[in-house]
Amino acid sequence: MNVPGLVFGGIAIGIVFLYGSVGEIITEKSGHLNLGIPGIMCMGTAGGMFGVSNYMGMLSNTKSASLLLILLFGIVFAFLFAAVGGAIYALLTVSFKANQNVVGLAVTTFGAGFAQFFIKKFVTTKFLSRASKIVRNFINFEIKSSFGVPIKYQYGVLSCLAIILALACALFFKKTKKGLHLRAIGENPATADAVGINVNLYKYIAIIVGSGIAGLGGLYYVVEYNNGTFDNVLTIQAFGWLAVALVIFTMWRSDFAIFGSFVFGMLYVFNGNLTGTSSLATQELIKLLPYVMTIIVLIITSIFGSKNVQPPASLGLNYFREDR
Amino acid sequence: MEKQIAIELKNICKYFPGKVVANKNVNLTLYKGEILSLLGENGSGKTTLMNMISGIYFPDEGQIFINGEEAVIRSPKDAYNYKIGMIHQHFKLVDVFSAAENIVLGVKEAGRFSKKKIAMRVREIAERYGFDIDPKKRIHEMSVSEKQTVEIIKVLYRGADILILDEPTAVLTPQEIEKLFAVLRKMREDGKSIIIITHKLNEVMEISDRVSILRKGEYIGTVETSKTNPKQLTEMMVGKKTDLKIERVKTDFEKPLLEIRDIVIDKDDGSRAIDDVSFYIRGGEILGVAGVAGCGQKELCEAIAGLRPIKSGLVMHKGENIIGLPPKKIIEKGVSMSFIPEDRLGMGLAPSFSITDNMIIKNYGEGKGPFVNRKAARAHAKALIEKLEIVTPSTETPVRRLSGGNVQKVLVGREIEAGPNVIITAYPVRGLDINSSYLIYDILNDQKKKGTGILFIGEDLDVMLALCDKIMVICHGKNMGVVHAEKTTKEELGLMMTGALDLTEEKKDKNFGIAKDSNLTEEEWQEMEEETNNENHGKESKGNE
Repeated sequence: MNVPGLVFGGIAIGIVFLYGSVGEIITEKSGHLNLGIPGIMCMGTAGGMFGVSNYMGMLSNTKSASLLLILLFGIVFAFLFAAVGGAIYALLTVSFKANQNVVGLAVTTFGAGFAQFFIKKFVTTKFLSRASKIVRNFINFEIKSSFGVPIKYQYGVLSCLAIILALACALFFKKTKKGLHLRAIGENPATADAVGINVNLYKYIAIIVGSGIAGLGGLYYVVEYNNGTFDNVLTIQAFGWLAVALVIFTMWRSDFAIFGSFVFGMLYVFNGNLTGTSSLATQELIKLLPYVMTIIVLIITSIFGSKNVQPPASLGLNYFREDR
Repeated sequence: MEKQIAIELKNICKYFPGKVVANKNVNLTLYKGEILSLLGENGSGKTTLMNMISGIYFPDEGQIFINGEEAVIRSPKDAYNYKIGMIHQHFKLVDVFSAAENIVLGVKEAGRFSKKKIAMRVREIAERYGFDIDPKKRIHEMSVSEKQTVEIIKVLYRGADILILDEPTAVLTPQEIEKLFAVLRKMREDGKSIIIITHKLNEVMEISDRVSILRKGEYIGTVETSKTNPKQLTEMMVGKKTDLKIERVKTDFEKPLLEIRDIVIDKDDGSRAIDDVSFYIRGGEILGVAGVAGCGQKELCEAIAGLRPIKSGLVMHKGENIIGLPPKKIIEKGVSMSFIPEDRLGMGLAPSFSITDNMIIKNYGEGKGPFVNRKAARAHAKALIEKLEIVTPSTETPVRRLSGGNVQKVLVGREIEAGPNVIITAYPVRGLDINSSYLIYDILNDQKKKGTGILFIGEDLDVMLALCDKIMVICHGKNMGVVHAEKTTKEELGLMMTGALDLTEEKKDKNFGIAKDSNLTEEEWQEMEEETNNENHGKESKGNE
């Protein structure tokens, strides 16, 4: 067992889930179960790749690329593209009161298809590996793996950003008035409405901002984690589902999600760090572990959990003001 | 001194989809520093009207004047800006938040979000009006009355001068009502204007300065409380004289249908709901069950209907044990249960189903083949609508679109349609207006004439005294005794409800709740008891392993 590889590799991939689940937590706190997150992360990937490659393409010499501008282009476009996905979801579920699950699944399908098409058509991937090198060069260290060879680990700004966002999000819900309002909407929108909180506005903002943050996960995966290479949308989609599962696993707490994402990440890279070969079946079974753990957490919290550790009470329910 | 007008409504109209007129040309004036009662039958548009003042609905026509100036109230936020606060019938509180968090929700205040400061202000308001509250307690740990207190403080915290209370007493015990009224009087002294919606005439007479009456969405008039009487108010409300006397049908003495001995039932949280209670119901008799809210009535209903496990004791239907039978079998034996919960949205009806479909869900198994017989059900539904005067656009309208009273009629009507021999009904007239209530009493009396045994769990003692043959009083899950409705008084019942009088202690030799002409002999009872005890012990020891 290669322990350093498991831990540091796990953290690196876990950051992808962390972005996704922080975004999803913000959305779900407003009472909207956004199953479109996998698709929205795909859209974020497309946006991020588009932004970064365009910036790189503008330069005469890619060696002069600045870290700040790469991040700026990447983050703005990833956020924007993902936010568009979120806005579609918000329009359909908040304003038109369409069923959240149906719309979410539709957005997932749409987002994946859109990203596949958009990346093939509009993104020149050749500059991305160069950009990736610049982005990753933030925290560097070398650790000898159990296999005997020293392995270099690098974490970029985007890794740090994810953790900062998760902590900020936890503080927002715990300490601020706006956070209290948003939580109230997710628990009981009629109550929030009756005390004069603009329910729909909050929902729109929560869904769009949450989607945008989830989209950064896609940017992080391609530009920072994966050396600028994009395999296909299915990988990103799988991360999206893990992010949704992670929300349940951490009981809607974004500060817990930091550790949760590391746990999920380690399970994800478990196979690669096993000494000796294991059968394909074993490998696939290990990949299942995050989902199994999520189910176990759900079972435990629903049996033993107090009323204070529960999903937002009106999660998945649309709000009609004049309904009884 | 000329009284100042706090709020004035002029020609307010509100229509709902499907040609439903909720309010038509309503005029209403509320003076500063007075308590105004808003009286009307179910579906007379009281809540709708108040929702327009508090910004939940917007009037289709008419004007609202506040302090002499025309006001446009498009949202609850606007209402708060005009210093109007409404305490809704279904509390609008976030269950997992503390009282303080609920109270400050949505308040725009300069400065930091300081829990200490909030708690201080909450205590200040509480002391001023004589409330009792713990700001840190979470809503889901609170009783109904505590929740109501939070609601009232919530609107006061926002500086409301005009308070609207929608049926605040419907869920309270008599003592809690007294406390609430004391608070309201203090607020009136403080110069606040209060509108209170209630059905209970004695409360109207007790608390209000003036009474405004609505009938079928229209404004009928306003009278000063000191210059009126319940009879006049009833007339204005229903439009015709109603005989306040409920008929008690005399029937022949029959053998006990349902005999219950030493029954013990637990609540969901594991505490005891019903503790060692025995009683019996004869055919052709209405047995009332009185008690303050939440003292085991719901659990008792559910246990008899087979929906809740019985810890120990016996439930015998015509001499046969029905404990442990699935609910369907119990229904087939002719035991029917209808429970109207506190929030009145109904237990036993599917809200988005039509009346027809709700008729089917209880007896879908009776037809032959895999298909439901919707034609027959529709005929049933039609008959029910005519018989009980249910107001609905059609048999296919979802039940949740009907007003509360009509929903109740559908539920009670369906239960009776099945031709049961024992009817267990809890709060069948809860929140109903007088006419609808009488209709329900008539239905129950009809059933009684047919020899059905009825267990009537009620809240209004006057009604129970007039309708029931015997009344059993429960206090904290214990049987305080069974009295003949003709021989007892309201005071005696009140004492028993609060636990001050325990007839089972005073008259030990009388063996309350044990029928002399039981279907079984004492030896057989003994045998049954031992049998079930052995079974229970067997189960328990198994569970412990």
